[in-house]
Amino acid sequence: MTIYIIKRIFSSLISLIIVTIIIFSMMHSIPGGPFDETKMPLSPAAKEKILKMYGLDKPLYVQYLRYMWNAVHLRFGKSYQSPGEEMIDLIKRTLRISAFLGGMGLALAFPLGLLLGIISAVKPNSFIDYLCTALASYTISVPVYVSSIFMVFIFSLGLHWFPTGGFAGPKTWIMPIIAYSLFPLGIIARYTRSSMLEVLNEPYILTAKSKGLSRWRVIIHHALKNALIPILTIMLPMFTGIMTGSIFVEKIFRIPGLGGYFVSSIYKRDYPLEMTLILFIIVSLAFTYLVIDIFYTIIDPRVRLGKKGR
Amino acid sequence: MNVKTLSIGRVDILEIWRYFHKNKLSLIGSGVIFVFILAAIFAPLITPAGYAELKYLDKINSFPSLNNWFGVDAVGRDYFSRVIYGIRVSVFVGCTTAFISLFIGVPLGALAGYLGGTVDWGVMRLVETFSVIPPLLVAILFVTLFGSGLQNVIFILALVSWMDICRLVRGEILTLKEREYSMAARAIGVKPYGVLFRHLLPNAVAPIIVGMVLCVPNAIMLEAMLSFLGVGINPPTPSWGQMISDGLYYIQFYWHLTLFPAIFLALTVLSLSFIGDGLRDAMDPKLRGRR
Repeated sequence: MTIYIIKRIFSSLISLIIVTIIIFSMMHSIPGGPFDETKMPLSPAAKEKILKMYGLDKPLYVQYLRYMWNAVHLRFGKSYQSPGEEMIDLIKRTLRISAFLGGMGLALAFPLGLLLGIISAVKPNSFIDYLCTALASYTISVPVYVSSIFMVFIFSLGLHWFPTGGFAGPKTWIMPIIAYSLFPLGIIARYTRSSMLEVLNEPYILTAKSKGLSRWRVIIHHALKNALIPILTIMLPMFTGIMTGSIFVEKIFRIPGLGGYFVSSIYKRDYPLEMTLILFIIVSLAFTYLVIDIFYTIIDPRVRLGKKGR
Repeated sequence: MNVKTLSIGRVDILEIWRYFHKNKLSLIGSGVIFVFILAAIFAPLITPAGYAELKYLDKINSFPSLNNWFGVDAVGRDYFSRVIYGIRVSVFVGCTTAFISLFIGVPLGALAGYLGGTVDWGVMRLVETFSVIPPLLVAILFVTLFGSGLQNVIFILALVSWMDICRLVRGEILTLKEREYSMAARAIGVKPYGVLFRHLLPNAVAPIIVGMVLCVPNAIMLEAMLSFLGVGINPPTPSWGQMISDGLYYIQFYWHLTLFPAIFLALTVLSLSFIGDGLRDAMDPKLRGRR
């Protein structure tokens, strides 16, 4: 087991290095640089000095090695967009907001998604099943910004319950949290439904029913417990869903989170921020993957190392 | 045999219809898409102006009325025309993206499933890498690299959405190559690629169609997201995502500029994914009754 985990960590490290090299060279091959300007051209000497100050005059591999060396020591430099603060402070400040809203969204999505999934699995192909399935399909396939706009129309402009945006107190949190919860909610509901349907056909459910246990006791204690084992497989899409969701949710509701920087760092050729965000994404994805794999081997004795999958 | 059959390749259409028409959601979805496609085809007949025609400069930002059903936008274009012509753009993006992903996903999946070994390992790592990184972020990076515009967006979307088709085809080929007829074909001396392309792939048409249909709403959604962020299709081509993003600044006052494209985008994507789900259930007996 320990050897397996060490091997896993080692292989994620290697893929991390490969992906960062690819991204780093892609990023620098995008035409234009951070200090290209059209309005007030700098003199060649001044430009050279600025490039030198940020180390952009060195060959690409030197820049890469230098960046990675600093990154390992948690020195990420400064963002060109926000030179007044250290990168790590910028990320801490914005990530706290995004993680708070995203986390609350997940916390909301879990019980609701489970409920929807269970309801539709208990009465398959009924009207209520169609309703729940349609809702789940809606949250998965329709972009989150469309739902956010509908919410703004109904709750802000129509009913005047919440302000249209901003980040100031619980009243402004509610709609972004709901928006964040939509995608994971749909995934969880869809997943729970198919997993429950499978489990409800197992012989031991019949046994439990024939013992005279109540309907809901069978569903919760016997079926749901087993249906939830492989729920870890949907952790990854949920994680990436929250991350891409943040770009849109924070734009619509004008929240000073991390989401906007994913796009603006690429636009503005903000190399240090772009690289740091990509490192952040890859490291957290690799970590999520690792946790999923390890949990799988611990939770489900049927999954043996080496012969996973169906 | 008296049973009526109607088939394309080795897929029996009547058999699929028997299951498909029981799914109410898919039927509703098909209805909506049918109406939308009719509207898109006859767009010049039902709209009062072209999508880029600055015909109503005296009525800028005016609200919906009898003449302009969805109002007029900030530069004097009839909004109903823009929304209706937007169907053409979205459906075109969705279908061509699905079609191109087919040409990436099917060969890779078929070779991976049939050859196994190193090829399979390599293809699956590629699929894994592409599925782990959020497609939207990859697409944004590619758009800044190659530039925006309709053609580039379609190719980039295909580049980030071929994995599902690839996975489905690989899985199907893996089971099909163990069947007796495949063994028989090999035994009578059919060359390996002959077995794959003449005997196995025609039997894998069902998952290929399902993967393609499910790819369409996904591509439309991604295009709308890219255009919303301003890195998608270039104006004046009407794209719902971009129209929503433009209207967002005036949402408190000129509500019609965001509401109508948002409703059309939601309806289109949702209907298409209902159709895809229904087709998947109907075509894959293993999945019937489950989703």
